[in-house]
Amino acid sequence: MSSINFLKPDRTNLNTFLYLGSFLFFISILDVFLNSFFRLNLTGFLPNFLSFLLPLILGFIGLYFIRIEYSGIKNLDLLNKHINTNNFNAVLSLLIIFIIIKSLPPILSWFVIDASFAGDTKDVCTGSGACWTYIKVWMRRFMYGMYPNAEQWRINLSFVALVLLGSVGYFATDKFKKYLTLYYVVIYPLIAFLFIFFFISGGPVFFDFSYGIIAAILSIIIGFFIPSKFKFYYFLIVPLALYVILKYFLFFEEYIELGKLDGLNWVETGAWGGLSLTFIISFFCLIFCFPIGMAFALGRRSEFPLIRYISVGFIEFWRGVPLITVLFMSAVMFPMFLPEDFFIDKLVRAIIAISLFEAAYVAEVIRGGLQALPRGQYEAAKSLGMGYWKMHIFVILPQALKLVIPGIANTFLALVKDTPLIFVVGLLEIVGMLNLAKTNPKWLGFAMEGYVFAAIIFWIICYAMSKYSYNLEQKYKTDR
Amino acid sequence: MNFKLKDIVPQLITVLAVVLVFGFFTYNAQINMENRGIDFGYGFLSQESSFDVQFSLIEYDGSHSYFRAYLVGLLNTILVSVIGIIIATILGVIVGIARLSPNYLINKFAAFYVEFFRNIPLLLQIFFWYFAALRALPLPQDAEAMFGVFFLTIKGLYVPAFIWQNFNIFFYSIIAAIIAIIVIRAHAKKVQENQGKQIPVFLISLGLIFILPLLSFLIGGVKLSFEVPVLKQLATTSFIYEGGVSLPPELIALTLSLSLYTATFIAECVRAGIQGVGKGQKEAAASIGLTPNQVLKLVIMPQALRIIIPPTTNQYLNLTKNSSLAAAIAYPDLVLVFAGTALMQTGKAIEIVSITMFTYLTLSISISILMNWYNKKIAIQEK
Repeated sequence: MSSINFLKPDRTNLNTFLYLGSFLFFISILDVFLNSFFRLNLTGFLPNFLSFLLPLILGFIGLYFIRIEYSGIKNLDLLNKHINTNNFNAVLSLLIIFIIIKSLPPILSWFVIDASFAGDTKDVCTGSGACWTYIKVWMRRFMYGMYPNAEQWRINLSFVALVLLGSVGYFATDKFKKYLTLYYVVIYPLIAFLFIFFFISGGPVFFDFSYGIIAAILSIIIGFFIPSKFKFYYFLIVPLALYVILKYFLFFEEYIELGKLDGLNWVETGAWGGLSLTFIISFFCLIFCFPIGMAFALGRRSEFPLIRYISVGFIEFWRGVPLITVLFMSAVMFPMFLPEDFFIDKLVRAIIAISLFEAAYVAEVIRGGLQALPRGQYEAAKSLGMGYWKMHIFVILPQALKLVIPGIANTFLALVKDTPLIFVVGLLEIVGMLNLAKTNPKWLGFAMEGYVFAAIIFWIICYAMSKYSYNLEQKYKTDR
Repeated sequence: MNFKLKDIVPQLITVLAVVLVFGFFTYNAQINMENRGIDFGYGFLSQESSFDVQFSLIEYDGSHSYFRAYLVGLLNTILVSVIGIIIATILGVIVGIARLSPNYLINKFAAFYVEFFRNIPLLLQIFFWYFAALRALPLPQDAEAMFGVFFLTIKGLYVPAFIWQNFNIFFYSIIAAIIAIIVIRAHAKKVQENQGKQIPVFLISLGLIFILPLLSFLIGGVKLSFEVPVLKQLATTSFIYEGGVSLPPELIALTLSLSLYTATFIAECVRAGIQGVGKGQKEAAASIGLTPNQVLKLVIMPQALRIIIPPTTNQYLNLTKNSSLAAAIAYPDLVLVFAGTALMQTGKAIEIVSITMFTYLTLSISISILMNWYNKKIAIQEK
């Protein structure tokens, strides 16, 4: 039997090396594990820095021993291929394993084991862990801001209605989808804006607009049965007519009194806040910035020089300044530009500012898609006798928008992440509410819990959006 | 010339609309300012500002002018951006390369980092570092020294200050080294093109950049000493460090969050760039006998950089613009000093907001012009 060369593991002595290597590797992991979970120091008898480095050295030697190419054992080969390709990689892998093992106990104990969940007062939070009671007590404020508790069903109902309105496209037939584009770009933003804005704020104005919503929904439902030949004229006339009929002939004020629909108190926008405000702002900016951005993207590629220069100026201006200065502008400078008796609500001002800001980014993304289309598409459309609008609506934009799905999703993600900035105009969404709750004298010292909570919420929203956009991209991918 | 009505009308209408909107705004602004008794003008810039700024790179106090306050803010913004860009680039390149590693653990670790920090709003991260993480640091009297000279406390980071003698000679020696390196590089390129010989440029430049400044110490009379921060008691419970350089916690929180956040985007750019270089390129380079180092240096990197640089520049711009979030944690940057305090004091909303916006606009447009020029330079010259 030949002697074993310990400096060079090979296949002939596979078992020896395998047992020795796995043993050393196991010992090193065990040492770190015991150290971090049970505060046991197995190597305490050694000098300080040696005891610190020992697991790394042992693990390194262990991994070196089991690094045998083509060993024939499937799991070992997989291990070697993934974390143990050479010495450098082995050290890095060990370090990462150690960091994970080391950081697990403090994180777990802070999040779960030592954390307090029960109770409604600060007194229960005595442990060293997180105080989730704080989040529990302040939950309504974090979700709805200063919105009166008794009226919060309005926000919930609006979001449910919104989801229902928005999901029209999901159940529509392919034939109907063409008209849905019109619905999504023109009608839907209007309905959604009027509905949400006036329903959440309540007040007498609400009824005027509720007629509009009923008219729009009715006309869309009836629209299913109209032959496609007349559909354009139908949507041109019928919703408006329905609105007029509803408002002036069918519903009288008495009916409303009878139905007990009245009595929605006015809730001023300053009281809106929390996560629902984050959703409201990102939603409106999302649906407004898209059409505006599309218009400026087309403008930037227009044949008319003046329109092109104006679009370039608009896009570059908004892209060159930070959002916070734009909001400053909307807060302190914009009122100076309006007639004296003309007042725009600060939430609306913020929404306009963010929409214009994001529209510039959307415009650049869409322009990228327009430029990526081969010239043949334009020429083919023109040679079929299509005009500018026909060409863009039926040939260019459907292809270009497909190409830029990831870019648009990124812009929308940035938009959601930018909403906390509205603290500049004095509106408090979830991050703002956290800062407010943090300074409450009864609940001092729980900043960490609040920020972690908000971070988890934002992370889930943004991660879900990015995954959804990835799926969308895969779905609409067409081979070119 | 063949003017068509169809071409002119849409343009005219657009221009008319823009002019009308702007005219409407200007008209209202004039009336509003007249009613409120505000006069328009930039004369206030030379007036005495009479407010103090916590942290400034240049000498400043309340007796200086508003223009000086503007400069203080601008310099602070630039400081935070430059530090942030440097850290973000280093971190981003490391993470971007780690995401391409064949090592499963490293790869997933990098991916986790990117997905984690990218999906949390920057403002939240800034608040987290400033209000939650840095508040957990020890008080000045309890702080333990790192390496004996750094003190990380709740009041900021205290680092030793450099005290130079004959600093200008040291500075000139560095400039001389840089010039020498440029000359040698040009020479090496010429030699390689003419004779095919390769001169070890990297080693020579490394030597130059060390030896010339070292010579300035030995011969030129340059001396360097450190001033270590020392704890000083102001009152029974109030301590402070004296001497050295102190970095306020706002600056630390801001640079930390900005660079951690932007590094995720840079990492994605780097990954996309390296992945964008075709596999065939590597194989072709290896098959003509280049060593792995040469493959990386001469074939992969030049092509990858072409893809990496434009989006990375965009990220630098974003970082610079995002540094304006400093206003949320009271770091005295351009927005806080000028669009915040100065605006409150003077009430000149239009002038101050427009100056602030114009400054950012100039910053970003000049960087993008620079980058366009660079892009054109390195773009593939197709024939």
